[in-house]
Amino acid sequence: MLSTISVLVENKFGVLAKVAGLFSSRGYNIKSLTVGETEDPNFSRMTIVTHGDEKIIEQVKKQLNKLIDTIKVSDLTHIDHVETELAFVRINLKGHSRSEILDLSHVFEGRAVDVGPRSLCVEIKGKPSKINAFIELVKPYGIIDVTRTGKIAIPREMNISD
Amino acid sequence: MELTGAQILVESLKKEGVDTIFGYPGGVVIPIFDVLFDEKDIKVILPRHEQGAAHMADGYARASGKVGVCLATSGPGATNTVTGIATANMDSIPMVIITGQVASSMIGNDAFQEVDMVGITRPITKHNFLVKDINELSKTVKEAFHIANTGRKGPVLIDIPVDISKGKTEFKYPEKVELRGYNPNYEGHPGQIKKAMKMLSNAKRPVIMAGGGIISSDAADDFRKFVDKCKVPVTTTLLGLGSIDPDNPLWLGMPGMHGTYQANYALTECDLILSVGARFDDRVTGKLDAFAPIAKVIHVDIDPTSISKSVGVDIPIVGDAKTIIPELTKNVKECKIDDWRSLCKKWEEEHPSKYIQSPDGDIKPQFVIEKISELTKGDCIVSTEVGQNQMWAAQYFRYKNPRSLLTSGGLGTMGYGYPAALGAQVAFPDKIVVDIAGDGSIQMNIQELATAALYNLPVKIIILNNGYLGMVRQWQELFFDRRYSSTCLLKDDECPPECKGVQGSECHKYIPDFVALAKAYGISGVRVTEVGQVESVLKEELFNGKPSVIEFVISREENVFPMVPAGKAINEIMGMA
Ligand SMILES: Cc1ncc(C[n+]2csc(CCOP(=O)(O)OP(=O)(O)O)c2C)c(N)n1
Ligand SMILES: [Mg+2]
Repeated sequence: MLSTISVLVENKFGVLAKVAGLFSSRGYNIKSLTVGETEDPNFSRMTIVTHGDEKIIEQVKKQLNKLIDTIKVSDLTHIDHVETELAFVRINLKGHSRSEILDLSHVFEGRAVDVGPRSLCVEIKGKPSKINAFIELVKPYGIIDVTRTGKIAIPREMNISD
Repeated sequence: MELTGAQILVESLKKEGVDTIFGYPGGVVIPIFDVLFDEKDIKVILPRHEQGAAHMADGYARASGKVGVCLATSGPGATNTVTGIATANMDSIPMVIITGQVASSMIGNDAFQEVDMVGITRPITKHNFLVKDINELSKTVKEAFHIANTGRKGPVLIDIPVDISKGKTEFKYPEKVELRGYNPNYEGHPGQIKKAMKMLSNAKRPVIMAGGGIISSDAADDFRKFVDKCKVPVTTTLLGLGSIDPDNPLWLGMPGMHGTYQANYALTECDLILSVGARFDDRVTGKLDAFAPIAKVIHVDIDPTSISKSVGVDIPIVGDAKTIIPELTKNVKECKIDDWRSLCKKWEEEHPSKYIQSPDGDIKPQFVIEKISELTKGDCIVSTEVGQNQMWAAQYFRYKNPRSLLTSGGLGTMGYGYPAALGAQVAFPDKIVVDIAGDGSIQMNIQELATAALYNLPVKIIILNNGYLGMVRQWQELFFDRRYSSTCLLKDDECPPECKGVQGSECHKYIPDFVALAKAYGISGVRVTEVGQVESVLKEELFNGKPSVIEFVISREENVFPMVPAGKAINEIMGMA
């Protein structure tokens, strides 16, 4: 099962390595990990998407908490939250028209961010499942490159405690 | 007044009450050693290998309860401490490791003697720091000691670039530590405690499992009171030995792979386990599905990650044994479990762990250890190496007091015992300290004989010489058709390749000659080959206040029993009548 875990950490040297190292040394999976400073530059927030059974996810959360530099670990999986991801998808233009791709992108509320004679790059934003669907759809045209940010998430207001 | 970084480090260590550093110098730590040169309040012990320094700091910490401190130079000096750090980490031993680092401006350039110690030790420390600003140095030291010695204790590394040691700033030592992300819970939840003790009084076949957490939180006295009140049978893990008096009839001995029949049967047939400061290690549980199949589990532990990691827990109580045990005692009554106690006794009487020492046969290692236990009346600190020697020391010495057994439980580090014993002896110059050693393990840090000789540390090395890497040989005998591949320490070029254990005089000479080796270091050495000499030699050597090497040439293919093969249920016991 996929879980989305939000981790507030000290914005210090080596913290990302400590978190990533925890996952690799204990054999946990990372599907995606995003990190950025919060409004207070002393802290960063990570959004980690991981998978494993209930027992493993429980351990992942406890182990994250155990790191000295983690301040708060919240599991967003089972609480109402908003989430989004950003992707750039560069598509080959050989053998089909630019407008064909642009039409498809519009359906997904994507927009062209870079256009050249041989390729077109689309920016697309939304739930990871939507981005997956778009990628599947344009695969037959020939994808040159994909860059995804990984998911970011935040609980809805009604779920914010303390 | 401005101080150099090296001075700030040493002043900070003094603020933390450090009286001893086990340290080995090198280029980037010369400034630190230079400050230590005139320092009256800190004794510096120079080992002969940085691994020795790390294990000494560990032994000092296990024996005294204080944070052990070691110091090494960058690169190879630092990497030499790695095994010692991992050993301490597995057994939750409070230690601060200070390593020198190349100058900040050189980091990342593959500079001479540069290694990424913070990277290397990330998975084997509780926490680690690279000091990037001299103004953070004193705060870092304060935090390191706090982290090492609170919560689930453990090793903390501080990596200090040489420019930081040489730089200068105002020395201010912080009053207190502020770590937003670190706040270990000491008090157990009162509701959970009540619920747990109710569950305990309703149990028909309860067992208490006592682990190293009781020792490390200095809760053995509280624990003994608790057991006296509830009268529930107790099994103690390897690291929990000494938490209860072995003369207490409720004591079942050690559980697990080389545990007693009664401990393993009690765990298998119990309806409740109350585990305090033990982590259900795989050497204790054996095959997980078959472990305590019908038992409810109450788990008291300071580390939430230990709870439900392997064995599922019904009532978790997160907190410190020292704080929680008195609360348990308040909430418990004597358990009415006469039948269960008699069943445990019956198991013990019908299936004792035993060996037979014939008066003119080979010396049995168990006999040697029992004699040491008798002669010292248990008033002694025992460290062990790893292998059969370690298990015999666990089985046959009676640990009356907490902190009297120093052994590498989690990592199983050969070469741990001798330097750890030296560290303990530094902490307690007047106590009798013995290292129960194997002939293989002792050679892994034998160079520390020089340290013992020069600082006159009267540790007794008891070498149980079987000419084998005995524990591995035992597995080969039992599970690999006696194919003694690379486990005979007497084997040379002229031996038949397929040797399956030639006995005694047919074998080649033992190298090294431990007695001569001891003499080379200026230490007394004795070799004991006859059963009749065992007691008299021990009487002479144990109490003379001098370092010595006592080699017992023991029965070569003696095995450690009882034994539960790896991966089997703990009631599938071999070597039992
Ligand atoms: C550093 C290290 N290397 C290898 C091992 C694997 N090992 C475990 S016990 C053992 C044999 C130890 O031999 P010895 O010290 O003679 O003890 P004995 O079992 O004979 O009492 C070995 C090689 C280990 N535990 N530690
Ligand atoms: Mg041996």
